[in-house]
Amino acid sequence: MKVVRILKENVPSFAQIIGSKWELWGPVRTKGTNASKPGAAGETHTHVYQKVTDFSELDLAATRTIIPPKIFFHPPYFNMFKFSLHGYSEELDGVPSRVIFGLHPCDIHGLLILDKLFTREYPDPYWLTRREKSIVIGHSCVPDDKCFCLSTRTHVVEEGYDLFFTDLGDFYLVWIGSSKGDDLIRMAPDLFEENVEIRDIESFIEWQKWRENQFTLHIDFTALPDIMELKYNDPVWEEIALSCLSCGSCSMVCPTCNCYNVSDCFYMHNDEGERTRCWDSCMLKEYSLVAGGHNFREKRSDRLKLWYTHKLQAFISAFGKFSCVGCGRCIETCPVDINVKTVSQALRGEDVDAFWKRLALRGAK
Amino acid sequence: MEIQYTRYTEHNPFHPELMRIVRRHTLTEDVKLFQVRPLQRKRALSLDYLPGQFMMVSVMGTGEAPFSISSSPSRPGLLEFCIRSAGSVTNALFRLKENSLIGVRGPYGNGFPVEKMLGHDLIIIVGGLGAAPLRSLLLYALDNRDLFGKLYFLYGARKPSDMLFTDEFLSLRERDDLVPLLAVEEDDTGKWPCHSGMVTHLFKHVKGINPERTYAVVCGPPVMYKFVIEELLKFNIAKHQILMTLERRMKCGTGKCGHCAIDYTYTCLDGPVFSYWDVLHMRELI
Repeated sequence: MKVVRILKENVPSFAQIIGSKWELWGPVRTKGTNASKPGAAGETHTHVYQKVTDFSELDLAATRTIIPPKIFFHPPYFNMFKFSLHGYSEELDGVPSRVIFGLHPCDIHGLLILDKLFTREYPDPYWLTRREKSIVIGHSCVPDDKCFCLSTRTHVVEEGYDLFFTDLGDFYLVWIGSSKGDDLIRMAPDLFEENVEIRDIESFIEWQKWRENQFTLHIDFTALPDIMELKYNDPVWEEIALSCLSCGSCSMVCPTCNCYNVSDCFYMHNDEGERTRCWDSCMLKEYSLVAGGHNFREKRSDRLKLWYTHKLQAFISAFGKFSCVGCGRCIETCPVDINVKTVSQALRGEDVDAFWKRLALRGAK
Repeated sequence: MEIQYTRYTEHNPFHPELMRIVRRHTLTEDVKLFQVRPLQRKRALSLDYLPGQFMMVSVMGTGEAPFSISSSPSRPGLLEFCIRSAGSVTNALFRLKENSLIGVRGPYGNGFPVEKMLGHDLIIIVGGLGAAPLRSLLLYALDNRDLFGKLYFLYGARKPSDMLFTDEFLSLRERDDLVPLLAVEEDDTGKWPCHSGMVTHLFKHVKGINPERTYAVVCGPPVMYKFVIEELLKFNIAKHQILMTLERRMKCGTGKCGHCAIDYTYTCLDGPVFSYWDVLHMRELI
């Protein structure tokens, strides 16, 4: 893979050049209350992907956005097509060409996992069109106490992006991941240096070591699929289910959750209608309900098992790897601390510090 | 620089194909048979599928739902769907008159492994609405009768008026190349010409099959499976030769929407036909 170098001071000019051609999107810091953790001290802030007009609006130091970048390719709610007596019309032409700046390795791994799902057997035109009309620019990151991508081995990424910027102090090393990415560099050749020198490589290795040491959360996934199989009927699932609100937030924020629902509606003013797709979650009660009233997953614990076994066990059989990328969003979001960290700790029989565990212990007394 | 992107929309797998409801037959109080035909004759004759596959049927404006195909690919031209009014899409279908257009896409799913089943004895066991997918296999076997060994068709319904395709199945008794066993649990007419009792009581009439050369195929309400499988295991039929076809909520049919996921499979891609071995090693299947 081709790697080039750019001085940090030149990045805004580069962003301006590409921004003049495409919509520029990236993580923006917003003031917000962390509703999921009431009582958290001090002013809180969050990051969301937003369209910006100036590079300075982006906060590339963001650890994670609330909603992962799947939102660009698998929008929460969109028209698949319009239908009328005369046939179908597509909404795909309206998909904008975007440059999305600042995806972290875990986010890109999330997209690669969804790529597999959306492009197998029956390639999904909605995912593919959005994927191809977008330019993905990755950005290196520093983990916080909720990141565990080192444990899922998704802390580095070799594919799935057009460019990847690794922040090395006053300059970036830029990995060119696609022909599209190479074209971007060619739009501003003066800003980049082709020669990567030995001391750049050394500082990259140094930085890489430093970054790996910043991880404080390590989750042991060894034999977890087997443990899940053995503990399928373990009472721990009922303990977790006791607290689960079936709110589906975990699915909304998970970079690899893609389930969706489809619904139709007629317009009032003519003989046309539209078929829409919107996010769904297997945590919601209606998820496995069939006509006639039979629900294949009536129990909350059954739905929890589906979520966790699908990601940490079943997906490996189907696609060869976990569908957890260690982004920490479930840890950040779940109001009762049901997340990949606490569930895998509980399954391994380790001590768990979580709301759901405390509630279960109180119930047992 | 212009970004090139392919027009997938020309082959959008989510666009239903318009088909015409040619005829509707009332089968029971709440079940109708819809005979459906693609608009072009050439397409109607070339549309191929396997017994056990399903299609996504749309009533535009109401929605889309999966239905197993009740007709057999050995009788091309018409697709048949046996539908019970149970939800919004089926209720909307019931309101449509003959000659209305509906949207159909598919076929989807694995279907029955008919090539592996050739040369084998077949025991087809149906409970209630399970006739919808298994009629396809039955007709397929009847139309290719030389390619299969012994053929047993066991069907249990609650009452005579609950049985689907009653005349069609009763007339099978005139043939001597299969054994049709039709049972009702409760004969409120007093005129039922066949067996009475549960479908499991019919197994005593199944004789002289070679378990190694037999496929048993089951479809019915969830409660039925356990008892039927117990009977089949008494015949020493191998677990992977006991097949069943399952129902799940589906929104895409293409392995994307996630609703039909069971363990590492998607019912829409890897099913809806599963073996008893699958049931044993994948929880949640039945």
